[in-house]
Amino acid sequence: MSGIEEDRRDFLKCMAWAGTGALFAFSAGIPSSFGLDAALAAPMRSKSAPASFTFLQLSDSHIGFNKPPNADARATFREAIAKVKALPVQPDFIIHTGDVSQLSRDEEFDDADQILKEAGLPVFFVPGEHDMLDPDGGKAFLNRFGKGSKGAGWYSFDHKGVHFVALVNVADLKPGGMGNLGAEQLKWLAADLAGRPSSTPIVVFAHIPLWTVYADWGWGTDDAAEALKLLARFGSVTVLNGHIHQITQKVEGRIAFHTARSTAFPQPAPGTAPSPGPLKVPAEQLHSMLGITDAMFVRGHDRIALIDSTLSA
Amino acid sequence: MTRAFKILTFQASVLLAGILMMSVVADMAKAAPVPPAAEVSIGNFTFKAPVVTVKPGATVTWTNGDDIPHTVVSKDGLFKSKVLDTGDRFSFTFAKAGQFGYFCSLHPHMTGTIIVKA
Repeated sequence: MSGIEEDRRDFLKCMAWAGTGALFAFSAGIPSSFGLDAALAAPMRSKSAPASFTFLQLSDSHIGFNKPPNADARATFREAIAKVKALPVQPDFIIHTGDVSQLSRDEEFDDADQILKEAGLPVFFVPGEHDMLDPDGGKAFLNRFGKGSKGAGWYSFDHKGVHFVALVNVADLKPGGMGNLGAEQLKWLAADLAGRPSSTPIVVFAHIPLWTVYADWGWGTDDAAEALKLLARFGSVTVLNGHIHQITQKVEGRIAFHTARSTAFPQPAPGTAPSPGPLKVPAEQLHSMLGITDAMFVRGHDRIALIDSTLSA
Repeated sequence: MTRAFKILTFQASVLLAGILMMSVVADMAKAAPVPPAAEVSIGNFTFKAPVVTVKPGATVTWTNGDDIPHTVVSKDGLFKSKVLDTGDRFSFTFAKAGQFGYFCSLHPHMTGTIIVKA
């Protein structure tokens, strides 16, 4: 065994230290999901192309949260960063899918910034609803983490042939509704995608899921369908969200959806509790329900592998 | 000082106090009566009393009992709380009659209505 297959096996084995992991992979634009064991056993089709890069998703750090089940969300965020630094393959950058802070306070943003700096990697942000709580409705977040972004904080960038789109669905929320992108952002998205070849791999990230996970708890985005329509022609689309503090995944056409764990506290599975409030798990369980998501993009395979690891040692 | 005089002054004091009290009560009766206040507790990501009816001039107070912050924002811009962390309260006095829908701007599926009528 040699080349990419070996590299990939080694990589996945290295990742297995985290204990649990679900691998979510694309194959020629058609995604399928495997258990980690199955992924380790299944050889890749081609051995020629090297792994191009990885990037890492952090979400829902809620710096400032200090209630059961986690008296110190700063400490668990620091542990998450330590996990990142210990990864055998260092990611090219980090994306943070929102709820950086608990209450949008300056000291919470300061601490998040300081802790993230320990990773020594570029970080790309989108705000969560907890980051919009300053008197100016999100300015404090944008001034710090959204420089150069448009509107409520949306933007896009390219990295090694992959087009990354950061969307904001926590601004100007409507009574009785869920997440909301809004007409202005959708117009921008249409223009941003126009003219890009359909073969361009796309990664979209936003805080609230861009599909309806559970409407009763507002876990969805009202006008997501309009964004997904714009993305439908692309062969490989990965949508990364947070907000619900647990892993869920879904495949629709050529779009793969995935939500990440929080680094602060878990939330209940849809409908399994009276409310989506923090799941008050015993201290010894907490770390197995917090985590990070590592994404591996393999050039020439059109596959992206998402590996969720918990903070349990 | 005789015992009888002492009793007399005591009785006079009681009478005076009684008159004062009556005049205070009379003043209170002259001012507009304050309608009963209402409380809305927030818990399990819901406004526990989703529809509350009060009289004009009544004050409604919301208290967040959740571990997660919420806000109380009227749909028409009449009132807007700051973010309410656990245990925080927000009050608003409804001067005029009408129907006032509101929601949590963080979790907009949380909605409620205050009906103000005489």
